[in-house]
Amino acid sequence: MSKKRTLLNTVVFAGFAVSSAFAASAEEITIATVNNGDMIRMQGYSSEFTAATGIDVNWVTLEENVLRERVTTDITTKGGQFDIMTIGMYETPIWGKSGWLVPLNDLSADYDAADILPAMSGGLSYDGTLYAAPFYGESSMVMYRSDLMEKAGLTMPEAPTWDFIREAAAKMTDRANDINGICLRGKAGWGEGGAFITAMSNSFGARWFDENWKPTFDSEAWHNTLSFFKGMMDESGPAGYATNGFNENLSLFQQGKCGMWIDATVAASFVTNPKDSTVADKVGFALAPDNGLGKRSNWLWAWALAIPAGTQHEADAKKFIEWATSKSYIEMVAAKEGWANVPPGARTSLYENPEYQKVPFAKMTLDSILSADPLHPTVDPVPYVGVQFAAIPEFAGIATDVSQEFSNAYAGQQSVEDALAKAQAIATEAMEAAGY
Amino acid sequence: MARSVSNRRKTINTALAWAVGLIIFFPILWTILTSFKTEGDAIAYPPKFLFFDWTLENYSIVQERSNYMRYLWNSIIIAGGSTILGVLIAVPAAWSMAFVPSKRTKDILMWMLSTKMLPAVGVLYPIYLVFIKLGLLDTRIGLVIVLMLINLPIIVWMLYTYFKEIPSEILEAARMDGATLKSEILYVLTPMAVPGIASTILLNVILAWNEAFWTLNLTAAKAGTLTAFIASYSSPEGLFYAKLSAASTMAIAPILIMGWFSQKQLVRGLTFGAVK
Repeated sequence: MSKKRTLLNTVVFAGFAVSSAFAASAEEITIATVNNGDMIRMQGYSSEFTAATGIDVNWVTLEENVLRERVTTDITTKGGQFDIMTIGMYETPIWGKSGWLVPLNDLSADYDAADILPAMSGGLSYDGTLYAAPFYGESSMVMYRSDLMEKAGLTMPEAPTWDFIREAAAKMTDRANDINGICLRGKAGWGEGGAFITAMSNSFGARWFDENWKPTFDSEAWHNTLSFFKGMMDESGPAGYATNGFNENLSLFQQGKCGMWIDATVAASFVTNPKDSTVADKVGFALAPDNGLGKRSNWLWAWALAIPAGTQHEADAKKFIEWATSKSYIEMVAAKEGWANVPPGARTSLYENPEYQKVPFAKMTLDSILSADPLHPTVDPVPYVGVQFAAIPEFAGIATDVSQEFSNAYAGQQSVEDALAKAQAIATEAMEAAGY
Repeated sequence: MARSVSNRRKTINTALAWAVGLIIFFPILWTILTSFKTEGDAIAYPPKFLFFDWTLENYSIVQERSNYMRYLWNSIIIAGGSTILGVLIAVPAAWSMAFVPSKRTKDILMWMLSTKMLPAVGVLYPIYLVFIKLGLLDTRIGLVIVLMLINLPIIVWMLYTYFKEIPSEILEAARMDGATLKSEILYVLTPMAVPGIASTILLNVILAWNEAFWTLNLTAAKAGTLTAFIASYSSPEGLFYAKLSAASTMAIAPILIMGWFSQKQLVRGLTFGAVK
């Protein structure tokens, strides 16, 4: 019996040892990433990295919310499943502060880290140390139908106000022909409708928390933001806008059913691509609107590559990050697929390139990125960093619940006042529980 | 007259059954149809049902981008392995509960079933930490064990129900003829319970095949199953509906075909002992 047990134990542990040995193969890295056009393109070209360095690359591609949960589980338990993680501006400073990421302050001279757009490097750093290298960056801007704008007898300014946008939306709306003056995100979720309304609230003088971390949904500025959004969307938005996110609005715009769409700058390449968009040659761009208070309603985001602390392949992971976020990667994509398809918003040199300057949305993308300030996102001072989010661990949970209340108000299930009162209660309770 | 009423009722019942069947099947049908559309047609409003430009482009893109065979193989190993392991453990357990019950048998059965009521996420971190210690993360053997444990209460319950239908006198007769415990289970009980065991196996293969929480959370690049394959085509920023549908169709096709061919056994097994 004892011999049998010893044999069984030996077999079981030998199995574990073999599986561990396979997991720890030297010239191999595993990257967790999101599913979007630029990331898929990078996966396709990673064979060139393997050919140049001999390092095999394994990919784990997941939807971004699933990815967040998956990499959070792994990094907090030191699971070591990933050598590189694709994370955003929200997670990077929080995880960097917690010591969960490898600092990227020793990248090679050839890499030219100083070329990274300051807005991007600032948002991906904690305490002056870069913890994630931006693969691509984005802000938000107005994309509009130039033909419908002309038909409405209006000219889109380069930097419009919210009043102009509302007036234009009303004039462009043509319910008989199924054209909605404006399409915006109303879907619940901190990265969906929550991101949009937060960025919009900045231009109305609202803020999530005051200097003492007290939620401010009981302020007049928040009431004005939500009332304006709901009023404009009820007048000129598509039916069911309370459940529309990026994809739904992209689909509507590409089918010619939106006069204006304010959303991520990366969408510019989708709506101007004649293969997918029926209005590709009729799209103009403008900065996200403001209200004359000194802050515009555009956000700032980057998908960036970071190395979890404790990886067994730190040197190989750094090599990959240097390759994927380098100037030469951008040049390679431009040579093979054209300048409109390079990952935008990460490097200053890209916007100095005369070839890239010919891309119709390049200037407006850069201007939008430069006009977002994650360190001073609001009219009144705030204790947090981040334009469409507050970079604290509690934010994602609170904002998901708050945006659900807002969506319910958009759908007419409750009043704006009730939604804001509930948002105030949700945020206050969560912040107090977190010890703020 | 009575016959004509009966026929009318039959017709109505048949039509109703077809309508319910079509409603249940419609999401799958829509997924399959969408997989043959362009991304533009996939999001067109009003939706295009049959009259669109049929294309195989999505399947070709999915094949090019992902290693489908690796995911398929992982799914087969994990679903098959966890079911076989589960049945090997559950047959003796169900035998003992059905034919040699104790005072606590009912309590044990209820307790086993109650573990299914625990939200999986509640034990994610403990299991993740155990897997790290044992080197089981992103391994097929790790998932075989976890899925077997998750489905074991269902397997035991189903087999217990089938075994209860078998008269214990037959087993007693075998014992009187000199059958050992092993022979009794292997050569007497098991052949009599084949329909029940077959339907238990089929149902558990389906459950393990479709399991998404553990297969997504405990795998990375090596042991990912077809659920991870589908998840890799979901995106909130960019239109991937047609490709996602193609990936979903490829993922469900094997289990759909298996279910189609074995539906008779599945229904027979599931309704076994239902009418008493």
